[in-house]
Amino acid sequence: MTDRHQGGRPGPLLPSERPVRFLTDGGTPARGRHPYPEPDQELLLRAYRRMVVGRRFDAQATALTKQGRLAVYPSSRGQEACQVGAVLALDDGDWLFPTYRESVALVTRGIPPVEVLSLLRGDAHCGYDPHRHHVAPQCTPLATQTVHAAGLAYAERRKGSGRVVLVFVGDGATSEGDFHEALNFAAVFRAPVVFLVQNNRYAISVPLERQTAAPALAYKGIGYGVRSEQVDGNDAVAVLAVLGAAVAHARSGGGPFLVEAHTYRLEPHTNADDATRYRADAETEQWRRRDPIARLKAYLRRSGRLGDDEAAAIAAEAEEVAARLRAGMNADPDLAPLDLFAHVYREPTPQLAEQRALLRSELQAEEVPA
Amino acid sequence: MTPAAGTTMAQALNAALRDALDGDERVLVFGEDVGPLGGVFRVTDGLTAKFGEDRCFDTPLAESGIVGFAVGMAMGGFRPVVEMQFDAFAYPAFEQIASHVAKMRNRTRGRVELPIVIRIPYAGGIGGVEHHCDSSEGYYAHTPGLKVVTPATVADAYSLLREAIDDPDPVIFLEPKKLYWSKAQVALPARTEPFGRAAIRRPGADATVVAYGPAVPVALEAAEAAAEEGWDLEVLDLRTIVPFDDDTVVASVRRTGRCVVLSEAAGFGGVGAEIAARVQERCFHSLLAPVLRVTGFDIPYPPPMLEHHHLPSVDRILDALDRLQRDDEPDTRYLLAGGVA
Repeated sequence: MTDRHQGGRPGPLLPSERPVRFLTDGGTPARGRHPYPEPDQELLLRAYRRMVVGRRFDAQATALTKQGRLAVYPSSRGQEACQVGAVLALDDGDWLFPTYRESVALVTRGIPPVEVLSLLRGDAHCGYDPHRHHVAPQCTPLATQTVHAAGLAYAERRKGSGRVVLVFVGDGATSEGDFHEALNFAAVFRAPVVFLVQNNRYAISVPLERQTAAPALAYKGIGYGVRSEQVDGNDAVAVLAVLGAAVAHARSGGGPFLVEAHTYRLEPHTNADDATRYRADAETEQWRRRDPIARLKAYLRRSGRLGDDEAAAIAAEAEEVAARLRAGMNADPDLAPLDLFAHVYREPTPQLAEQRALLRSELQAEEVPA
Repeated sequence: MTPAAGTTMAQALNAALRDALDGDERVLVFGEDVGPLGGVFRVTDGLTAKFGEDRCFDTPLAESGIVGFAVGMAMGGFRPVVEMQFDAFAYPAFEQIASHVAKMRNRTRGRVELPIVIRIPYAGGIGGVEHHCDSSEGYYAHTPGLKVVTPATVADAYSLLREAIDDPDPVIFLEPKKLYWSKAQVALPARTEPFGRAAIRRPGADATVVAYGPAVPVALEAAEAAAEEGWDLEVLDLRTIVPFDDDTVVASVRRTGRCVVLSEAAGFGGVGAEIAARVQERCFHSLLAPVLRVTGFDIPYPPPMLEHHHLPSVDRILDALDRLQRDDEPDTRYLLAGGVA
């Protein structure tokens, strides 16, 4: 075993000094040097399509909270380049470990929207089959899923499957111990896992300055020997380029990779939050001008890849997705109260069998006509 | 094979891990110092040498990371057996255990199973310094989705650990530290009763002592002492706290009419309280005396030179038995004295 602990500089691990970007805020080619090739136009067009559909989904989900069809919804409006870029950077067999804010990523992955929203509607903690989609349950305790991602990535490496794992975290979660333990485990075991930090500037109300004194969150990787990078998270071209490189790095045996995407949550934390209490409208307005969808659209328009017909077709697809979501969410979910006992253990304990019988008798009593 | 001198509990646990690793290549052992060192209690002794670093390996020193990593590996098809070095050092992993290990099956409606065993040397009686002697079973037993197992005999140590590794649900496997060096003549591999069955370690007619883990030998010792005073005690060893064997406990107490619950842990809000409540709910009309608990005091685990004052002793059990005979005047000691309640 070679001793990697001889001191020295973290050179190859260091992120770029400035977030990698391909596009300016206006969608024109940006200057600046970085080693990443531009993704092909076909992929960019697919990303644009998924981002438009994702935003429409997001708006519809927010509207459904107002109608009482969702208990709560954490919007990812403004973060579509990250949500979609992460999914498109992966193969279908690769795993995703999402948080509660990754609904758009999960819809992009192809999980039926109603199943994605089960957690937030409140009929089930996880509406989809994680093994079928290779997507872990949406995680609410912050950063706790990062160690799972590292463990699953190591399991895939041990099996020689060639699969990669991508785990989402926010800026706040980088302060949690599990985030650091996950980076460390992933590095020590050379697990093929990409940590995507969506730095959207706020952990509910607490701003980034209160989370870290580091020059960028991307620097949190290098102390663990993890190759790290930062990217303009509202530039879909840059997100796809950097995540593509990160995924390739992990898949080829290079170990974990940390990407910090600088982005912004345009909406409040959830529909129950009041963002005016902790941030200025002017700041939000400034980020609206860096909208990831408008930027990519301008770029694809200019390159001639996105014509009027195609844009119209994408807009129509988005409306269709929204209509299907409305219809799906307006139907009441099937609730099976006795299933509360079905999945605590593979076989219910005698005590759970007793409690199930109690609930069943209560339900039967309710059914008796008055 | 039975060594002439007998097998220790630590050796039986080691044999269970060895046989499980041998029988199923999905089984992995990992944690702190479990590799070449063989664990601080030598329970993983020789496993890395025999099975290689891929099957039994050391990890970074981070308990939450160890358990969380095991969650991911179990999702990926492995069957991790992880070691927490000491009871109180497992607390950093508690969030992973309570929020993910215990709930994954439930939150995914049965689609994601986590066949993980978390081995935890626990409880006192070995002169350990602070943070090395906690009886932490109550935290785990109170968390739905976990099975909580604690052997008191050498044969059970082997059999219950094999069953834990085979189990499709996560198991908190609590190893009584002070019994690691207890010996018995057992032929391994041994198979005893399955999870969810309490064992009658000593049949008796006058009162039932319900115990588990490190308290079982103390209960048996007390039963011998009580016999000299003309009391014929029945001693139950729960073996698994979850699932809990109401049937055996209830049948015993209905026969004897009296019950003392024994537990090293602090009494308030603990497993002992749960057992006492269950007994009075189910045996009320058979009871000839209140159900009593003999437990540790409600204090942080004491320094080693004082631990004998804290741990339930034979004398304290006998004292409780005296009070089970009472059937007329209220016992003022019961009302005024602490410790035995």
